[in-house]
Amino acid sequence: MHELAITEGVIDAVTGRLPDERITCVCLEIGALSGVAADSVRFCFDLVTEGTNLEGARLEITEPPGLCRCRICGVNFEPDGPIAICPCGSAEVTVLAGQDLKITSVQVG
Amino acid sequence: MCATCGCSSGGTIRLMVTEHDRDHRLGHGRGHDHGHADHEHADHEHSDHGPHQHPPAEVHTLAAPDGPRTIELQQKVLAKNDEIAQRNRDWLEERGILAVNLMSSPGAGKTTLLEATMRGLAGKVAISVVEGDQETALDATRILAAGSSVVQINTGVGCHLDADMLARALRCLDPQSGSIVMIENVGNLVCPALFDLGEQARVVLASVTEGADKPLKYPHMFRQADLVLLNKTDLLPYVDFDVREYASGLRKVSPDALLLQMSATTGDGMDTWYDWLRRRTPVPSE
Repeated sequence: MHELAITEGVIDAVTGRLPDERITCVCLEIGALSGVAADSVRFCFDLVTEGTNLEGARLEITEPPGLCRCRICGVNFEPDGPIAICPCGSAEVTVLAGQDLKITSVQVG
Repeated sequence: MCATCGCSSGGTIRLMVTEHDRDHRLGHGRGHDHGHADHEHADHEHSDHGPHQHPPAEVHTLAAPDGPRTIELQQKVLAKNDEIAQRNRDWLEERGILAVNLMSSPGAGKTTLLEATMRGLAGKVAISVVEGDQETALDATRILAAGSSVVQINTGVGCHLDADMLARALRCLDPQSGSIVMIENVGNLVCPALFDLGEQARVVLASVTEGADKPLKYPHMFRQADLVLLNKTDLLPYVDFDVREYASGLRKVSPDALLLQMSATTGDGMDTWYDWLRRRTPVPSE
């Protein structure tokens, strides 16, 4: 359940940057290859924001798909699930996108 | 109160030092002259490791400042952890210390591997240990009995170690140049994968009693491994475990990871593990 620590990290980062603002919405990007379950973050969010300046804030999560490049045939592809196997059968791939875990923006006031 | 470790984040830390290390510390006047081998550290700030400092960040506002407005942050959620991890990495490299993050499911044999490694490298390379468990100092007691100083971190409800916990543990341990710090992470194949501690190498310990499908089931953990140790190979005649299936699954999630079959109990394959460690251990700077 690392999503609890991840969600606490979100709250720490936002209150650290904007300690005096009342936050009404938090927008997160959780990549498909980030290793974090968006539903678990949603589950933790209300619990963790209680008593902070994010209490009652809406949570919006975008989940960009993964993108990988095959080191054997050179093709770019979107992996189906967390294990990246190229359509050519090769497992030797480089992850290009989808590992990000970031706070894109917040709404205040 | 200890002046060099502890801070306000989660986890409790307990230092246990061997008599040899205590003499070394007293002789060189380096920190921890508490005069007892088992010491609880209270929460207090570091004086020079400052894990809570953040560079000022730019904040972009996209509307009039008085009404509701959107503020662009574009900030990594784990930025704070990653920043402390980088500071740990710099600290270790400046001092010539190898830190290995050892991760596995519960019961794979991490503590037994560490006990055997201490015996195998005795007199060649100094080893100290950071033990991560939710509760108890049982593992730390075993490590101390095997002859290494150890910091036990109890994470409470936490399911992984983070970079700040390691920063505090390193300050307590005060490892010598040219030594190895083995970090035994909380037994868990999911959460520790996400948290960079500042280690130089990640080792996943697996065992033949766990099933050959683990790399495919826990791809995030195995994807980041530099080395995968397959332990308890002495039990292969008695369990239904296909080493080829395991190796094939591992190649799919982590084509560059090295796989080494070994048994910490019988010693098979342990020399290759020692060589792997010694090749990465810096030459002492003093």
